[in-house]
Order: sequence, then C-alpha cells, then structure tokens
Amino acid sequence: MALVLTEEQIMLKESAAGLLAQKAGVAQLRALRDAGDARGFTPEVWQDIATMGWPGIAIPEAYGGLGYGYTGLGLVLEQVGRHLSPVPLQSTVLLGGTLINALGSEAQKQSLLPAVAAGELHVSLALQEGPQHAPEDTALKAEIAGAGYRLQGEKCLVLDALAAQQFVVIARTSGVPGDSAGLTAFLVAADAACLTVEQRSLVDARGVGALELNGVDVAASAVLGEVDAAWNGLSRSLDIANIGLAAELLGVATEAFERTVEYLKERKQFGKVIGSFQGLQHRAAELFAELELARSIVLKALQAIDADDPQLPLLASAAKAKLCEVAQRATNEGIQMHGGIGMTDEYDIGFFIKRARVAQHTFGDYNYHLDRFAQLSGF
Amino acid sequence: MSDLEHFRADTRAWLEENCPAAMREPVRGFDDLYMGGRNPEVDHPDQQLWCERMAQRGWTVPQWPREYGGGGLNKEEAKILQQEMARLGARRPLESFGISMLGPALLKFGSEAQKQEHLPPICRGEIRWCQGYSEPNAGSDLASLQTRAEDRGDHYIINGQKVWTSYADKADWIFCLVRTDNTGSKHEGISFVLFDMASEGVTTRPIKLISGSSPFCETFFDNVRADKRNLVGEEGKGWAIAKYLLTHEREMISAFGAAPAKSLGAVAVENLGSDASGRLRNGILRHTIAQYQLDALAFGATMSRVGDEAKAGQGLGAASSIFKYYGTELNKRRNELNLAIGGEPALGWDGDVYGGGATSRDWLRSKGNSIEGGTSEVQLNIIAKRVLGLPD
Repeated sequence: MALVLTEEQIMLKESAAGLLAQKAGVAQLRALRDAGDARGFTPEVWQDIATMGWPGIAIPEAYGGLGYGYTGLGLVLEQVGRHLSPVPLQSTVLLGGTLINALGSEAQKQSLLPAVAAGELHVSLALQEGPQHAPEDTALKAEIAGAGYRLQGEKCLVLDALAAQQFVVIARTSGVPGDSAGLTAFLVAADAACLTVEQRSLVDARGVGALELNGVDVAASAVLGEVDAAWNGLSRSLDIANIGLAAELLGVATEAFERTVEYLKERKQFGKVIGSFQGLQHRAAELFAELELARSIVLKALQAIDADDPQLPLLASAAKAKLCEVAQRATNEGIQMHGGIGMTDEYDIGFFIKRARVAQHTFGDYNYHLDRFAQLSGF
Repeated sequence: MSDLEHFRADTRAWLEENCPAAMREPVRGFDDLYMGGRNPEVDHPDQQLWCERMAQRGWTVPQWPREYGGGGLNKEEAKILQQEMARLGARRPLESFGISMLGPALLKFGSEAQKQEHLPPICRGEIRWCQGYSEPNAGSDLASLQTRAEDRGDHYIINGQKVWTSYADKADWIFCLVRTDNTGSKHEGISFVLFDMASEGVTTRPIKLISGSSPFCETFFDNVRADKRNLVGEEGKGWAIAKYLLTHEREMISAFGAAPAKSLGAVAVENLGSDASGRLRNGILRHTIAQYQLDALAFGATMSRVGDEAKAGQGLGAASSIFKYYGTELNKRRNELNLAIGGEPALGWDGDVYGGGATSRDWLRSKGNSIEGGTSEVQLNIIAKRVLGLPD
C-alpha cells in the first residue's frame, strides 16, 4: 500500500484540526484541570464530536459506524495530540469499540457498537493492576458463582473511569499470573453493586481512575466472547490502542517541536535570536529528522491495522517504541529550549511534557515495546 | 495479454537467453562492479559481454531517451525489467558516475550537441567519468573553490587542484567546477565544464584511505585546455548545476542506509546465543541492535513515504532533506554493530580466514559517508536554515 494520505484523509485531518483547535484545545484542558473536573471532558464538546461521526470512524458500517478504518481514526488522534484535547476518544473509541469488535459475539456487537458509534455509550478497559503494563500478569479473579461469575480484585489506569457506563474488565478464570491463556473479558456496569470507581489524579490532569471489585456478581452473558480466551482479541486490541497512542504522541511531539522552533525565532539573548546559535540549530534539525521517521512509522502501522497485516504486532511495538522515544526527546527539548519560562505553569509547553509521559506509559512504554519489538524480530 | 504483460514475457525470455551465468552471481563488493571506460577493469570476461548486450537494447540506462542510447522505457516497464532481472539474480550491467550523476545533469542542462556527443558513450560504457568538485580549501564550503579557467576565445585554460576525485586515475573524462569570474559573490562565477583526462597537463595521485583502498585521488591541472563547446549551461552559472548534481549524489549515498537482508539481531543470536525466552544473551548489545533496527525500519518507511507522496502529486516533502544525514549516520551505526557482533574475525584485515578484512574495511569506509557529498553537520545546517527557517 502506498505510504501516503488520500485527499479524503487530508480533509478529515483538517476538519479535526479545526474543530479541536476551537473547542478542545490546551485552554479547555487548563480550565478543566483548574476546576478539578472529575469527568475530564466537556459533554457538549463530545456531542459535537459525535455529530462529526468520529466515535464510529473505525466501527464497521454493519454496526452503525462509518467503516472508515483506523488510518482515519489515527489522523483524528494525531490532532487530539496536537491540541491536547480532553476528549474520551482513546478510552471509548480506540479501546472500547475495538475490544467489543474484536472479542464480542455477534449479539453483543449488535447491541453495543451502534451506541458507541453514536457517542452515547462510554466503555473503558480495566486491565492494569500493578505499576507497569503487564497484561499476562493479570491476577484479578473471576469465579463461577451460581449461573454467573463473581469478580474480586483491583484495577488502575482506567481511562475516563468516571465517565464510563461500562467497563471491560480483564479477569483470570484459569491458570496463574504470567499465563496469557486463562483470561476472560467481562462487561461490568459502572453502577454494579460492590464496585467502587475512584478518581485518580495523574500528572496530565486527564480523566482516569481505579476500580475496586469487591465480589461483583455478573451474569454469564457478561462474558465478552469466550471464557479463558480473551488473549488474542485483547492482544490485537492493545496493538491497535498502542498505534493510536503513537498517533496521539506524534501530534503531541510535533506541536511541542513547532512551538519550540517558533520560540527559538523570537527569544533574544546576547543581542541575537537564540535560533541563530548552531548548538540549538543542530539539536532542532536532529529532532526534525526523528519526527519525520516517527510520522512514517505511525502511518505504516495504521495502514497495517486496516490491511490486516500479519506484521501488526511488530509494527505496533515499533511505532509505540519510536514515538515514546521521540515524544520524550521533543518535550524535554521543549522545556530546555524555552528556558525558565518553560518551567512556569502559566506557559503551555509544560502541558505537552505531562501528557506525553502518561501516553507513553499507557499500555507499555519505550522499554516494554522495544523489548517486544526485539523479541518479535527474533532476538 | 496487455502490452505490459507482453513486455514482461519478452523481457523474461530475452534475459534468460542473454544473461551469462556468471552475471547471475551476486556482486562481491565494490571492486566487483563493472564501470566500463577506455581501459576497463575486467574481473570476468562476461562483464563486458553482458554490458554490450544490455547496451544494444538501451538497458544499461533503461529510462533515458532512445535517441541518446537509453531504453526509452516508461516507469512501469522499467519496474518490470528490474523485477525480471531480480528474478534471475542478474547484476546491473554497468555502474558509473556518467549514469548516476553527469547524465541527469546533461539531460536537464546540456545542449542538444552535448547530449548527442556524451550520452551514448555513457550508455555503452565506453567513457568513464569522474567528478571534479572538492578542493583542498573547498570541502564543506564548496562554493569557495579556486580552480581557475581563463577565457582564450574558443577554449579555456585551466589551472588548479581538485581533491577527493573518485577514481580520477581510472576515469577518461571529468565534469569539473571551475571559477571563470572572481568579481561577484562566491556562488557566482562558477562554471561547469567537461574535458578529457588524457589532456596534457592533467595528473592524478591516488589517496590511500584508512580502509586500505584508494578510491579517491588528488587531481592537478597545469594549463589544461578545455574546448568551450564543452561548457554546460551558461558561463558563470554552474552552481545551479552543481547543486542539482549534489542532490543526486546525496540520494545515492543515503541509499546506503537501507537495512541489510539478514537482520543484525539474527546474526547476533547465531554468534552470541540466546536465553530461554529467545532473547539475545547480552542485554546491552540487544538494546543497541533493537534501536538500530527500529530506526532502520522507520527510515525505510520514510524513504517510501516521500516517494509515494511525490508520486501522488504532493510534491517532494521536507522529509527528503534528512535522507543524506540520517542514511549515512544509520550506516555508520550498522557498521559499528557489525564489529561488535562479529568479534575478533570482524577485526581481521588480510587473509582468507578473515574474508580479506571485508567487515573492518567496510566499517572504516563508512566513516566517510557522513563526510563526502556534504558532511552531516552541513546537512543539519541546511535543515535548520532552509526547512525550519532558523536565522543565520
């Protein structure tokens, strides 16, 4: 497939940039943070996004989506990164919709996906248990109880937890932590008895939370797909999610870089603009080169999702690892090259480094994905 | 069958009949390439036979116009020819600076008479060219070159010195940057002239490199005569041609950044072993290899993306400015890893047991990639100023 955007895709990218710049930019993120908003986004803005059809962009037409594919969703997510838009696209669309589509039965897809596509249903994945991403280590237990299951354990890093109406909880139904077999995905309603949803505050000031499941009873029909067999669908969904996060990080890194280069052209010291100093010029030029590589690997990975490429796991880890590296460098250089003003909360560049680190960590950071890339490459 | 299918069938049949068996063997290093010329270096007689046969069809330069000795193939046909050659493992019949550098410049800037005179011998491999660009005091700052050309009516008299002239001792003709005017800015007054290396007053002295080979020369001009009919473009306007040619050279050098067929990680596992989970035994080396392979993958994707964007009519993006810099830096990283993974044998210099020192010689030669054709530092200056718009 040609590694190039079609005219239609370029239009989508531009319309996303327009809407997000106006309604969901850094100013809105700052306002939500300062207000201590638990939900983490503005429902009216989400309504506008739903009107554009973005929640259904990657959902097949048969289930009420646009069937436009993940390359389109990736372009929107890149703009979400550029504007640091506080919207629940990652939780509900990139993960929620993808998981249901990958794991769910035909009946579950029919009943849930149209609501996700319409922007009416918020679904979030509850996976991580320890400080690091390690999906095989899932320990949260689900035991047969009557005609259904009883779930016991804790989850953290649940994106947009306070807004979610449903969670996809990954639980162990057999085997031991460390086994990829024996995992099952359950749909758990946010208002289920014995479930506590707690807001957590992370550095990026986005909506995130933790779950405590203290003997939560669910019916057998709450199993998403097959018992003990969540791994393949979960793994594919995580590959897609990591590529989507890489697309977001591309936006974060590119915007941080462009703001920094503009600053280099304005700030004067020693009677000259600091952008005329070769020490800074070369660092900026090297970063530019890395960003071009980042853009290419993200596009290649997005296209691999839509083309059902067997290399998807390798490309997902390649894209995430590369974007973790580049976003970290771009945001670090952003602070350093802004100097003192970059350390102030009043100036926006700090929001970029904060969001970058949380997105980097989410579902596996540089170390996790470079290790996986090497392993999938045969060493 | 469509026209293209016919073309493929005919091409396949012709190649099978005409490509000598020895020319279906992989090339063993740079010295094994056939470069043609008046006194060609021939390692195997079939090299000349293969070049002659291909040249008769214009296929030494498949996409050049037929009237100048090329194949006149369109992009699709050229791709088919390439695929069919790859199918047989057929070598390219001829490599030369005439094909990769001078030809494109003459096609764009040359007069009709110049194209008629110089392009067909390039296609047939009869004349081997070298490039007279760098001088002892004009390396990265190429435009400050001082080799003088005095106007003597119908010809110039040239005096001066060039350095880093690739294969000057083996070349028949030179395309050379000379100064015809000293009064304006350094970019003005440079002219692009062609002359015969057998002319009186030309001497060359090979430069031995740290890799042991001598692909470059110092070249001296002492009252050398060059006919004015061999001035390409206008007098004093040679810098535009020089720059155009440099982009071709940089593309050629950046292609060294392409990932090798066998992954370094796989070679490392063979040499150093792996643990129970299949991970390379040395975790530090594994990390370095993984970083290299990731960057090589992303760089390859960038080359494809830039090509595809250009084909889709979106223009040559700013990304192309990174090729020379990034490709050569990657190549140096790969060569360093070859040493680390290879161990003692990779440090070998002479003798069959070390493969003639191929690994260490390639490693040393790669150090020049980020110097020749514009250093990495100059490339970063260009990106900073022309792409990012940072001021002087």
